[in-house]
Amino acid sequence: MKKIIALLLALALCVGLVACNKTSSDEPADEPANEPATTTVKAGFIFLHDENSTYDLNFINAAKEACEKLGVEYLLKTGIPEGQECYDAAAELIDEGCNFIFADSFGHEPFLLQAAKEFPDVQFFHATGTQAHTAGVSNYHNGFASIYEGRFLGGVAAGLKLNEMIANGEITEDQAKVGYIGAFPYAEVKSGYTSFFLGVRYVCPSATMEVTFTNSWYDPTLEKEGATKLISRGCVLISEHADSMGAPTECEANNVPFVFYNGSAADACPNTFIVASRIDWAPYMEYAMECMKNGETVPADWTGTIATGSVKLTEINEAAAAAGTEEKLAEVKALLESGALKVFDTTTFTVNGETLTEYLADVDDMGDFVPETNVIADGFFHESEYRSAPYFDIDIDGITNIDA
Amino acid sequence: MNNNQRTPLFHISKRSALPWYSAWAIRGSAILLALLLCGIITSLVTGENPFQIYVAIFNGSFGTIRKFWVLLQNIAMLLCVSLAVTPAFRMRCWNLGAEGQSLIGGLAAAACMILLANKLPNWAVIVCMIVFSILAGAAWAAIPAIFKARWNTNETLFTLMMNYVATQLVAYYCVVWESPKGSGNIGIINPNTQIGWFPTIGNQKYLLNILIVAVLCVVMYIYLNYSKHGYEISVVGESERTARYVGIKVDRVIVRTMLLSGAVCGLAGLLLVGSTNHTLTPTIVDGRGFTAVMVSWLAKFNPIWMILTSFLLVFLGRGASEIATNFGLNRSFGDILTGVILFCIIGSEFFLNYKINFRKSAEKED
Repeated sequence: MKKIIALLLALALCVGLVACNKTSSDEPADEPANEPATTTVKAGFIFLHDENSTYDLNFINAAKEACEKLGVEYLLKTGIPEGQECYDAAAELIDEGCNFIFADSFGHEPFLLQAAKEFPDVQFFHATGTQAHTAGVSNYHNGFASIYEGRFLGGVAAGLKLNEMIANGEITEDQAKVGYIGAFPYAEVKSGYTSFFLGVRYVCPSATMEVTFTNSWYDPTLEKEGATKLISRGCVLISEHADSMGAPTECEANNVPFVFYNGSAADACPNTFIVASRIDWAPYMEYAMECMKNGETVPADWTGTIATGSVKLTEINEAAAAAGTEEKLAEVKALLESGALKVFDTTTFTVNGETLTEYLADVDDMGDFVPETNVIADGFFHESEYRSAPYFDIDIDGITNIDA
Repeated sequence: MNNNQRTPLFHISKRSALPWYSAWAIRGSAILLALLLCGIITSLVTGENPFQIYVAIFNGSFGTIRKFWVLLQNIAMLLCVSLAVTPAFRMRCWNLGAEGQSLIGGLAAAACMILLANKLPNWAVIVCMIVFSILAGAAWAAIPAIFKARWNTNETLFTLMMNYVATQLVAYYCVVWESPKGSGNIGIINPNTQIGWFPTIGNQKYLLNILIVAVLCVVMYIYLNYSKHGYEISVVGESERTARYVGIKVDRVIVRTMLLSGAVCGLAGLLLVGSTNHTLTPTIVDGRGFTAVMVSWLAKFNPIWMILTSFLLVFLGRGASEIATNFGLNRSFGDILTGVILFCIIGSEFFLNYKINFRKSAEKED
């Protein structure tokens, strides 16, 4: 009998609490009556994984930073797969009163676009996507950053390290081989490793590079195995474009220096981590929220640069980096910012022994894979100009795909 | 020597059948104990008010109409996979390959959508999807079934390994059909023509799935409890020798039941691809093939009870992500609470079957 009474009491408590919760959630609904001239932004964020993924952590930090800076209320949803769940998550955030929805993973795009069509009063922002500039859905936006500039700088730091190893007699010029672990063999990754390699060769002309792919964005085991494979093939420096700590920890164990992505690994790998490039998403988020507040339109496709603060390098780890890295990076960064130096300068690389004078890229992603835009002019490849997401997908000389 | 010292403090003995109210009192107190434990853990670890956490868990499923529909949809999909494994489980044949069988079903459905679009009328594409995904699921289960029936291989390991083969096959086709090139991502299939998309009933895109699984649940209940096949399954499960003695062809029953199991998994894959997601990823089944084992087992392989157990698991899972969103806690915290609750529920089954007898003198002191 006592148990039944206890059960009933517990139930009554639950019902009471739920009832309380409902009344409190009704209150904000009354507020829009005395709405101010500017729109109040409530932000909802959708992340593929949680903070254990370096990729998502970079977004989560940016989201918190941007919202706290602008005093915007926000909700975070982590672990949302690239399926109908993304649409449901967006719709649930909108039910909670969010009018700014941001999703961080490439595969979220079609589901977010579907939500954008259904909720025209809500602004949608999607990182790394390709469809906004052709979709014609005015409340749907893509954003990215010219991360190839950051990777080029990372490459310069790597090249300086190679030069130091050559000068110390640890390796010969011919042994200056770099290894790179990529996720998928498509433009975003190819653009990344090519710019990194061009950065390496900017200071260390004899360098070559080998690339292996994990075919996954987050797989600590495969990334670790990729590092092992590259090191055993004689690569003396490693970089990567995937989202776990698998490769860095393997590099630290083998005492092989590496250049990272998304964030610093100096804590976990104090002896081998040189520097990391990353996209700081906070400027884009802040810009978009400010536009919403003031009733301005956000362009369908937005590219952040070093100048907007979207492309950043972490602190250089002096223990692993070559002497003088900081000064050299500052010098190259200034050249990139002024436009005097172009990352994809066509005189710095060849394809099958020839210099490119024109190249058609598939900029308008209509699902047809038909390249339609010439992106080489004035002696360089115009990356991220015709749309924010990278479209450099050329295999240049000096880089070997060891999986092919 | 004192006689008292040799008697252990308590010993365990098997219970005879419990009256229903005592059984439910034990189960109810297990849930209360679980909630109490969760409350203590929550306050100690996070400093949050446990009651607010409970409210958040509740709101994760019932907070809005939309969340309620998502809850029903998730229950339907989990229940569908659980219904699939149940006939095999009743036969004491541990089909742990539901994940792979569903994936292969989904792969077949996606293949029809991609390859037959613009070649056949929409209705014919949908018919092909239904036929091929059910066949594909059944075929994926048939391989271990035939090996078990013929050579008595271990179906647990075999079906488990088939999951990995299925995942890799799907990963391969994600690359073959990828869009854009190199991304390893299929995206929404036929977004403009909507070929092969299942119709929606009354603007509720999950209603069709829910109705199909509801019907399937009733049919499965009748099949298992009131049909000759169902009876054969139970006899084989109790004792293969008895089954042989009464003239049941055991090999045939094993293969037939596994085929059924795989076919229903194929249906689950079909619904996930054709009706819910309209895309295919290697993670589309989302571990349901393994959660289904727990759903089926907790419900003692009874399809009707499985509605309740799949509700419980989905409810806790949705609650976990609601806590993560509302309190900025990691989703893993929700999983910890789910673990505590399941531990208590499964533990209560022990007390339904056994009782603890304390030493007499200890009782006297009371």
